[in-house]
Amino acid sequence: MSLIDVAPLRIVPPQIRHARRPQRMLERQWMVNRAGGWIIFVTGFFEPLFYLLSIRVGFGALVGDVDDGGTLIPYAEFVAPALMAASAMNGAVYESTMNIFFKMKHEKLYDAVLATPMTSGDVALGEILNATLRGAVYSAAFLVTMGALDMTGSWWSILMLPVAVLIAFSFSAIGMAATTFMRSWADFEYVPAVMLPMFLFSATFYPLSSYGDWAWIVQLSPLYHGVATMRGLNTGDLSWAMLAHVGVLAALAVGGLTFTARRIERLLLP
Amino acid sequence: MNPPASTPLIEARQLVKRFGDFTAVGGINIEVRPGESFGFLGPNGAGKSSTMRMIGCVSPPTSGDLNIFGLDATRHGKQIRGRMGVVPQLDQLDEQLTVQDNLIVYGRYFDIPRAECKRRAQELLEFVQLTDRADSKIEPLSGGMKRRVSIARSLINEPDLLLLDEPTTGLDPQARHVLWDRLYRLKQQGVTLVLTTHYMDEAEQLCDRLVVMDGGRIVAEGSPNELIREHSPREVLELRYPAGTNEEHAFEVEGIGHRQEALPDRILIYADDGEVALKEVHARGSIPESVLVRRSSLEDVFLKLTGRSLVD
Repeated sequence: MSLIDVAPLRIVPPQIRHARRPQRMLERQWMVNRAGGWIIFVTGFFEPLFYLLSIRVGFGALVGDVDDGGTLIPYAEFVAPALMAASAMNGAVYESTMNIFFKMKHEKLYDAVLATPMTSGDVALGEILNATLRGAVYSAAFLVTMGALDMTGSWWSILMLPVAVLIAFSFSAIGMAATTFMRSWADFEYVPAVMLPMFLFSATFYPLSSYGDWAWIVQLSPLYHGVATMRGLNTGDLSWAMLAHVGVLAALAVGGLTFTARRIERLLLP
Repeated sequence: MNPPASTPLIEARQLVKRFGDFTAVGGINIEVRPGESFGFLGPNGAGKSSTMRMIGCVSPPTSGDLNIFGLDATRHGKQIRGRMGVVPQLDQLDEQLTVQDNLIVYGRYFDIPRAECKRRAQELLEFVQLTDRADSKIEPLSGGMKRRVSIARSLINEPDLLLLDEPTTGLDPQARHVLWDRLYRLKQQGVTLVLTTHYMDEAEQLCDRLVVMDGGRIVAEGSPNELIREHSPREVLELRYPAGTNEEHAFEVEGIGHRQEALPDRILIYADDGEVALKEVHARGSIPESVLVRRSSLEDVFLKLTGRSLVD
């Protein structure tokens, strides 16, 4: 009996529990990157640098301190962890939407993979991990840049990295699940249509209290839960609510993964 | 060593595949023995590809039994796929990788150690005569080359059974002959081949035994020669008349030979001796634009069994 067959994990469906070779999808990606695909990681590093510089130099000087649930913190320190959460989300979503769609519909990659002992669970888990990895690399670059620009507030901020990985995993899973419904490239117009408002209105740039009566809508955004956790860790101002936020992200991760595996089975193994 | 010839490699009983209201495969029985080369022949939509997908364990049967290597296809798909090679109808090569890496990564999906994958990849590229293209990307390759990469890739796990879905559709004659030659060598090495085709010459070249499918059912079964002997007289006389006048001329030649088919572009007369039939046509004063006497082929068998020409 493997660890993953333990009772509490029974909520995970058999497609995922019996996945034995998801690492092969990562191995494939490594072979692709070796041949020149690594360039995306370089471009991914400049994004946080530009973001953080613009905040530190520009907004930080204009805005001053922000009241975050009673404590006053410098604006740059307030926004940076939120941008890191958004960066993890972006990296994961780009990889799990456009790239997955290309591999699924045009390259017919997964049809070929599923003709081997690989299963729908291997493909779903492997490709989601793959997108997570991209998000994680972006986040790590982000955290290093934050540290270098002296925008971290406490040692707890190191834990922002695992949380960023969770955010990347959740958004990869949701992104890939959504991609299984895409019929043509035109459908990708919906991706920024969802991502941009989520980026702007997840308490990213101002505290939840400033939304007043509309705060509940903000709390529906998955990114908000990531932002709230990251911000707490950055200031070192921990609370039990952060566990709930992590729980929401974990639930989205498991749900998205399960759903993706089932969709792959329906689409590619009819 | 192959198992005794009495144990079938593939055994299907009353195999059915439905998609909603549409029945793609309507209860077929098949037995493929080890080392045999077996074909599914039929027009588009006959249910060949659906059957192949069920055998490939990437499509669960709606009902019926399907055993491959003595294992139940519904429950042991993973193990079965591990011993099988698949060449799909449309090449599904990994366009982001080189030719050689395509083979290596595919071997990794079967858990074959990396070094072994590399060794086999080199050997297989030699086998399909693509060693000089090992480091090429997929995109610049010709259709025939891509198909050969697909075949090499399907052999990376040294399969006992190779499934080929229309292996030469869309290839030029020269590329087809190269491919047939490679497949023939595999057959000689004892690999069991199962293929679908809608080309009669391909079925005659490659298949020891075949089934003719139409509308999701098997309408005939046997070796190419048996089928021709059973369902078509030895020779065929083809008559071509000026376009659009076939029907009038069909009257003139009525009753000659065993059977006749009036196709849009020509009239076929099935006879034991084509030359004798032609003399009779001339004796009646009918003057076709051109005539051809040839041996009966599977095309004629198909025409008789289904009343339709194979490639529309």
